[in-house]
Amino acid sequence: MRRIRHTRRAVIGLAAALALVAVASLGGAGAATAAHRDAGNVVFLSNQLAQVSEVDQVRNTLLKGFDGNVDYVTPPVGQGQVWFNRITAEAQAGKGTVSLLGGLHGDFLTVQQYLVNLSDVAKQLQKAGIPKDLLALGKLGTNRQLYIPWMQATYVMVANKQALKYLPKGAKINALTYAQLLQWAKNMKDKTGQSRFGMPVGTNGLINRFLQGYLVPSFSKGVVTTFRSQNAINGWKYMKNLWQYTHPQSLTYNFMQDPLLSGEVWVAWDHVARLQAALKARGSDFVSFPAPRGPMGRGYMPVLAGLAVPKTAPNPSGAKQLIKWMNSVPVQARTLGSVGFFPVVGSRLSKRLGAGLLSMNAAVKNTQRAKDAVKSLLPIGLGAEGGNFNKVYVDTFTRIVVKGEDPKTVVNDETPILQAIMDKTGAKCWAPDPPSTGPCQVK
Amino acid sequence: MTTVAQEVSVERRRRQWEVLPYGLVLPTVAYLALFFAWPMEQAFKLAFRDGGAWTIEPFRTMVNDANFKDAFKFTMLLVVVIVPLQFVLALGMALLINSKLHGRGVFLAIFIMPLAISDLAAGLVWQSILTERGYLNTVLEHLGLIDQPYIWLDPTKPNQLLFAVVVAELWRSTAFVMVIFLAGLQGIPHEYGEAAEVFGAGFFQRVRRITLPMLKPSIQVALLFRIIFAFEAFAVVLAITGRAKTTLATEAWKWQAEYFDSHVAAAYSALILVLSLVSAGLVVFLLRTPKEQMAR
Repeated sequence: MRRIRHTRRAVIGLAAALALVAVASLGGAGAATAAHRDAGNVVFLSNQLAQVSEVDQVRNTLLKGFDGNVDYVTPPVGQGQVWFNRITAEAQAGKGTVSLLGGLHGDFLTVQQYLVNLSDVAKQLQKAGIPKDLLALGKLGTNRQLYIPWMQATYVMVANKQALKYLPKGAKINALTYAQLLQWAKNMKDKTGQSRFGMPVGTNGLINRFLQGYLVPSFSKGVVTTFRSQNAINGWKYMKNLWQYTHPQSLTYNFMQDPLLSGEVWVAWDHVARLQAALKARGSDFVSFPAPRGPMGRGYMPVLAGLAVPKTAPNPSGAKQLIKWMNSVPVQARTLGSVGFFPVVGSRLSKRLGAGLLSMNAAVKNTQRAKDAVKSLLPIGLGAEGGNFNKVYVDTFTRIVVKGEDPKTVVNDETPILQAIMDKTGAKCWAPDPPSTGPCQVK
Repeated sequence: MTTVAQEVSVERRRRQWEVLPYGLVLPTVAYLALFFAWPMEQAFKLAFRDGGAWTIEPFRTMVNDANFKDAFKFTMLLVVVIVPLQFVLALGMALLINSKLHGRGVFLAIFIMPLAISDLAAGLVWQSILTERGYLNTVLEHLGLIDQPYIWLDPTKPNQLLFAVVVAELWRSTAFVMVIFLAGLQGIPHEYGEAAEVFGAGFFQRVRRITLPMLKPSIQVALLFRIIFAFEAFAVVLAITGRAKTTLATEAWKWQAEYFDSHVAAAYSALILVLSLVSAGLVVFLLRTPKEQMAR
């Protein structure tokens, strides 16, 4: 069924693309791609931009004008393992249908043996402005270019400008500490009578990433190894404190852009793509800024997505053409404007994006450049256990912060569960934990 | 000769008639076996077997999980609170429609409307009514009843979320019970009520002495359905309370879709099934109607 639908869409897409090419050539303006020959059929399997609205944007905005027939396929929402299963199955069969893969840095690490070397594409794109350090990440520690950086994202904070007058004295919004954030949330509650700080703790919210990439690393400079440490416990205690001034409906929030727009929440943390609707709609009412700094630094989680070509690709040259298309400056700018992921090519962003998105772009850059940044990667090597890994952090949060259980007891209860996941998957430590030889160990 | 032949043919026809009901039931039985019994057996296998060996490990994981107690408690609470409330409301609604009032068709249309809405959609509708900047607070503020928005979905206040879920569930599914009651009411001959009226019985006396006893079979059916549905409460709770409240069905879904552990998910499903079966058995036993009391 799914295939048939995709094929039908692809046919419609092809017709649309042909019509566009015809219109463009009539007008004398060529497509933005450097390649002029038809790329043919390219099946593009991506586990990023997989939400319904994002898929729609990819098909109708990002791929619009590409000289070829692209079948954009995503795994069903919440079933990310389908992406790995399909790549592995095609590799083992020695025969594939997928020509281009979209995924995260950590995803490619687990399937790197199935990917071709893209050094030729990298060379061309370096001239287009992808920074060397980003390209180097795509080598995954080898001397071959296994993926090409595609787009990046991170998590930032957004505040309604009404909230700024409650900032504690001496606090600078771009260099906020967790202590100042607590005071800020308290001030808002004391002065307005309502909790105006909010977090995405709903069933689809990304609170797990806040805990894994921000709270625990900022307090303990680790995520797995330091899980049981006193520093991490201090972080949980801090969170419990902050919770008194957090909007009680946070337990129902999935995308913070919604309560920001309705005015229920004035200050919030979330993934950039889940804040962009607020910044696009009322960019002058909001400001973006980096997440706060804790006792051990400013924990933050960069998200780097890349494009790769599997060895079994039926149309590698078409796939390479599509990589260049996705990384061309106009398409990169469209990516930010439509799905809220940031460009990897270094060029100035157009003011037409609006004050909100430009402010978010600045917050992302400030986060990356902060001297005290503690970079926390998305979990690597957990495969299908990713959900259980999240469960450990979210359960710890719920028990300590929401239900008020004793932090030490809870952390001791959850440690064996966390360790069992590491042992079962054999996952080695990832940043900010120091590298390990065997499965990552909770100290 | 002829009589013997006639007898044989009568006998054969009688036997055919005896077999016919089984033939008619057969498609249903086959359907139930294929789509209910077989998956049920598979689910039990998933819950009790791992890698070819018998195990109760999934149940141990389930019971020891941090969310199990909350899920169990909240599910039970929903059953205990919603079902009786719904019965009183549905009975009132059914009596209203069954009365000779003018415009009862309008009431019927209004009552039935929520039945056409999926439970997730109903949950989302109520979420948008009850959220801080939602419809309810906006209306109350315009009427001057509150100065600043009241937080209805506040997990820190005991039972406030339960209240929200109960209101949404009542709105959504009371009509279902009402329809069953209405069918039952329409099967009760008018003569009984009229006779009682002649002997001076008031409205409530008639309801208690005539309507309710004669409605017993319908009550049994409605109770069975409602209790089973209440154990499966899922989408409304999810939409209104997010991560603040959880039910057994929500946990089953999370274990399957988020934590990828089908064994524990099956253990939850098995628990829901056992709870439903036990309460269904209780309903059938407590509300059994002796044959001689059967109407018609």
